[in-house]
Amino acid sequence: MSAHRISPKSRLCRAFLLVGAVIVVLAWAARGVEFSLTRLGVGVPQVLRIMSLMWPFSWVHLPDVTVRLIETFQIAFLGTSIASVLAAPIGFLGARNLSRVRGQTYLAKFMLNAIRTFPELLLGLVFIRGVGPGPFAGVLTIGVHSIGMLGKLYAEVVEGIDTAPLEALAASGATRAQVVRYSVVPQVLPEFASQAIYRFEINMRAASILGLVGAGGIGTPLLFALYQHDWPRVGLILTGIMIVVTATDLVSSYLRSRLV
Amino acid sequence: MSKRWAEVNGEAGPRADAHAPARPSKARTTMAFIFVAALYVWSGIGTETRPVSLLLGIPDMANLFSRMWPPNMAYLRTMVVPLMETMQMAVLGTALGAALAVPVVLVSSRNISRYRKAYYTARAVLNLVRTLPDILLASVFAAALGFGALPGVMALAVFSFGIIAKLTSETVEAIDPGPLEALSATGSPRINVVYYGVVPQVLPQFVAYCLYVFEINVRAATVLGLVGAGGIGMWLQRDMNLMMYRNASAIILLIFAFVLVMDFISNWLRGRLV
Repeated sequence: MSAHRISPKSRLCRAFLLVGAVIVVLAWAARGVEFSLTRLGVGVPQVLRIMSLMWPFSWVHLPDVTVRLIETFQIAFLGTSIASVLAAPIGFLGARNLSRVRGQTYLAKFMLNAIRTFPELLLGLVFIRGVGPGPFAGVLTIGVHSIGMLGKLYAEVVEGIDTAPLEALAASGATRAQVVRYSVVPQVLPEFASQAIYRFEINMRAASILGLVGAGGIGTPLLFALYQHDWPRVGLILTGIMIVVTATDLVSSYLRSRLV
Repeated sequence: MSKRWAEVNGEAGPRADAHAPARPSKARTTMAFIFVAALYVWSGIGTETRPVSLLLGIPDMANLFSRMWPPNMAYLRTMVVPLMETMQMAVLGTALGAALAVPVVLVSSRNISRYRKAYYTARAVLNLVRTLPDILLASVFAAALGFGALPGVMALAVFSFGIIAKLTSETVEAIDPGPLEALSATGSPRINVVYYGVVPQVLPQFVAYCLYVFEINVRAATVLGLVGAGGIGMWLQRDMNLMMYRNASAIILLIFAFVLVMDFISNWLRGRLV
């Protein structure tokens, strides 16, 4: 299919080189972290043993776990809501087809990239500094960090809109604000909502780990249980996370299928 | 697109007027509004959301940033080894996950899996594995095995396995069945059918998924240390705890640059592949 044909012999040669390179990289990586199959051979049975210690769950902690799972949902919900609103203006600025000022798209995309690259847990540490440990720090973390991805997806949505209604409105003498309000917003709103709901799925997972650095949610009791090696409680918490995340994914994909 | 635009607006084109969906009644709109408002109030109370405390916290955060400035760039010389360790964890985690995924894909793809029960079990396991975030797995493994790189690598491996196996199964299910039927018709053993019929069709995609997961793993590996699972994050954690903020900010800048460079390399490789 390719434009330039490669002889079978040189293809074999290239394959060998590639496999060799991969092996060298893996060997380098394994040496660096003192990783070996024997260590894995010790680690895997150890993890399996601990998984067997998790059953039966310590049901006494069920009320607390339930409350914390609800808190996790609330963190993800508020955080996603904040981000879905804040991302909209940046998304519009980042869309090529609506940009008026030269360099505006680049600036917006650079900002979004920077936000996305900054690790969420580190952002969590910064907000804990500001508002103290607790779920509010988690809300702020998710609210700011999600702007990165949502803004990028929003910009892509705006870039994909149908321009005919825009031109029609502009031709009939609508102001720029009116054009955006009556031709752009109705087109992008369902897609924006769909992306925000998708991001909510990701944020449920994020909210469940933020507690490990002190930002509220189910991660908080998990951290205690891990410190105390209270495996039945860890098992209950992990199962709770699995159930809630699965439920969120199902509801979210149902909502999105109705939207778009 | 324009059709949907019309539907959403409830004022479709000239011909569709008669069939335009009725606007929701005022009562329903009000109910929905009250419900959403209640959801926000409930969440706000539950998460102890106080915008005032954010305003009050601004001096604290500003103080943190001012103590981080200027980053101690000389410190980065000692961070070369931890940074390499971070990358090595990401490489190993991705490779182990990919290696684990290959046999599972044979079972979790509808068109080549032979036993319905095994197929459904594999699918269920993959779905469950993907509900647990990498950092969560790492914290559990670190508690089980002790702090260090090993729990980090294992967590990344499990996480990578879940994603690579799922994406690859979907790709395998979408392949052209022609070559498979041709091979079966000539009486090839199953292993040959897979090797000559499936592998060439999915290999580029498989490698692309591995690179994609590698990008995620690089990001995760930089912060795994915050939960005790090795890599440069452990040093960041230590410097933050010891209030050596200028060292911490140097590490943060390093992580930032590292992630950008690795993303770039991974994107370049993927671009050449597909």
